[in-house]
Amino acid sequence: MKQSRYKYSALKLLKHGLTHGDWPRMWSSNELNSSYDVIIIGGGVHGLATAYYLAQNHGITNVAVLDKGYLGGGGSGRNTAIVRSNYLTPEGVAFYDRSLTLYNEMAHDLNLNVMFSRRGHLTLAHTDSALRTMHWRAEVNKLQGIDSSVIDPSEVKKEAPSLDVSSNTRYPILGALFHPPGGIIRHDAVVWGYARAADHLGVHLHQQTEVLDILCEGGEQSNGKGPGGKVTGVRTNKGDISAPIVVNCTAGWSSLISNMVGVDLPITTHPLQAAVTEPCKTFLPTVVVSGSLHVYVSQTDRGELVFGASVDPVGTYRINGTLEFTEELAGHVLELMPGIAEMRLLRQWAGLCDMTPDYSPVMGFTSVEGFLVDVGWGTYGFKAGPVSGETMAETIATGKTAELIQSFNIERFSTGDLVGEKGAAAVGH
Amino acid sequence: MIVVPCPNCGPRSSSDLRNCGEVVDRPNPKNATIEEWRSYLYLRENLASWVKETWYCRTGCRKYFTIERNTATNEIRGQ
Repeated sequence: MKQSRYKYSALKLLKHGLTHGDWPRMWSSNELNSSYDVIIIGGGVHGLATAYYLAQNHGITNVAVLDKGYLGGGGSGRNTAIVRSNYLTPEGVAFYDRSLTLYNEMAHDLNLNVMFSRRGHLTLAHTDSALRTMHWRAEVNKLQGIDSSVIDPSEVKKEAPSLDVSSNTRYPILGALFHPPGGIIRHDAVVWGYARAADHLGVHLHQQTEVLDILCEGGEQSNGKGPGGKVTGVRTNKGDISAPIVVNCTAGWSSLISNMVGVDLPITTHPLQAAVTEPCKTFLPTVVVSGSLHVYVSQTDRGELVFGASVDPVGTYRINGTLEFTEELAGHVLELMPGIAEMRLLRQWAGLCDMTPDYSPVMGFTSVEGFLVDVGWGTYGFKAGPVSGETMAETIATGKTAELIQSFNIERFSTGDLVGEKGAAAVGH
Repeated sequence: MIVVPCPNCGPRSSSDLRNCGEVVDRPNPKNATIEEWRSYLYLRENLASWVKETWYCRTGCRKYFTIERNTATNEIRGQ
C-alpha cells in the first residue's frame, strides 16, 4: 500500500525554519502481521536496501524488516562511512562500483540529503610489497574503467598536505593508490533514507522485534532444520510470523541466525574499534588509509577526525573499547600527521564484523529452501549496502542469483573457488 | 584486555598470544572427502556463548593449549 510521502525540499526547510513546525515522522509503525511474503532479519543498510529494492524494482511490498534493536544500530551506524570501488578482484571492482553509482544517485532517488562527499581516497604504501599491490589494484581498476592510479610521495603531499611524506619517519610513505571517486557519506542518513522510502512503498519496519528461532520443515535434522529443508516462518519475541522467504542481513550476528536453520557459515565475528576527535578547522581534504599502520582517517563536515582500525585479533561478540586500541591508534596517526598531537579524542566505539576467510561476502541461496544470506560483510559492508540490496532483491524476486553476486555464493567454500580480496579489504577502507 | 591463562607462563595479555579460534574436529586426511576437508578448514559455529578454543603462546613458551571462553562476555574458565 502506497502512502503519500512528505517531500523534503529547500522550500520546506525554509517554511519549517520560520514556523518551527514539527517535521512529520519519517516512517510509520505497524502491527506485526501473521504472515509476509518476505521477512528480512536485520534493519541496517543491507536489510533496508533489500526491502526498498524489492518494493521499488519488483513490486513486492508485503515485506517485513525485523530488528532486535533500532534501525541502523549495528554496523550501519558504527562504520567510518567511507565508500570506494578500488578493489583487487574483477568481481569486487564491478560490484562495489555499482554501489558507488547508486550512492551517487541516492540523495535524488530517496529524496534525502545523504551528504555524499566524493573527496578522493588515498591508500598509502609504506613497503615495496604494498606498492606492488597498489600497482596491481590500479591496473585491475583501470581495466574496468575505475579512476585509480599510483602516485608518488610529492603528489601525496599535494592531495593531503598534513601528511608527513619525509623519509625520516619510521614507516616512510613510498607512494599511494589514489582513487578520486571515493569519499565519505552520512551513514545514518542512508539508513533513514532507505527506511523512509521502503515504508512509503508499504514495507513494514519492526524495531525491537528479536528473532528467537526460525521455523523449518523437511530438513535432515530431527527438528526439520538443516540442508534439504525449507523455511516456513520465524518466531519472534512478539509472536510467530509465517513466510516462505527469510533473508539473513545481520552482519556480526549472522552465524547466530544461520545456526537457527542449520546452515553453517565460514564466518567468525570480531569487533572493530573506531574513534572520533574533537572538531577542528578543516585541514584534511581526502580520506587517508594506511594498511601498514592499521589506520584510516577522514575529516567530517563538522571538522571531527574519524579514525578506524583493523579488527581486533580475538573473535568475540563483546563490543567494548580497549586501551591497546587507543594507544596503537594514537601512535600510528601521529606517525602520519605529527601536527595533531594536541587534539583530544571525543569518544570511541566498536562494531561487530563477520569475517570470511577470503574477505569477500557470502550472498544468495543456501541449502535450505527459502533461506537466503547476505552476510560475511567483514569491514566493508557499508560501502556495499545499496548494491547488496539491489542484487538480493533481484535474486529473491526472480529466483535466480543476480549476475553481480554469483561468485559470492556459499558453495565456493566447498568447491574452492574463493574470491581473494584481502589485498584490498584487510585494512584499507 | 583479555587475560589468558597459559599453562606454562601463567596469566598473559591476549595480545601476547594468538587466538586460533574454536576447536574443530579434524577429519582423517587419508579418507576425508574434499567437502569434509574444506568444511573443517572454513566452517565455524561462531557461537555467542561458551566456546572451546585453541590459543598459541606466541611470545612465551610457544605451546598450543585449549581453554573455554564465553564469547559474549570474554570470561574464561578452566583448562
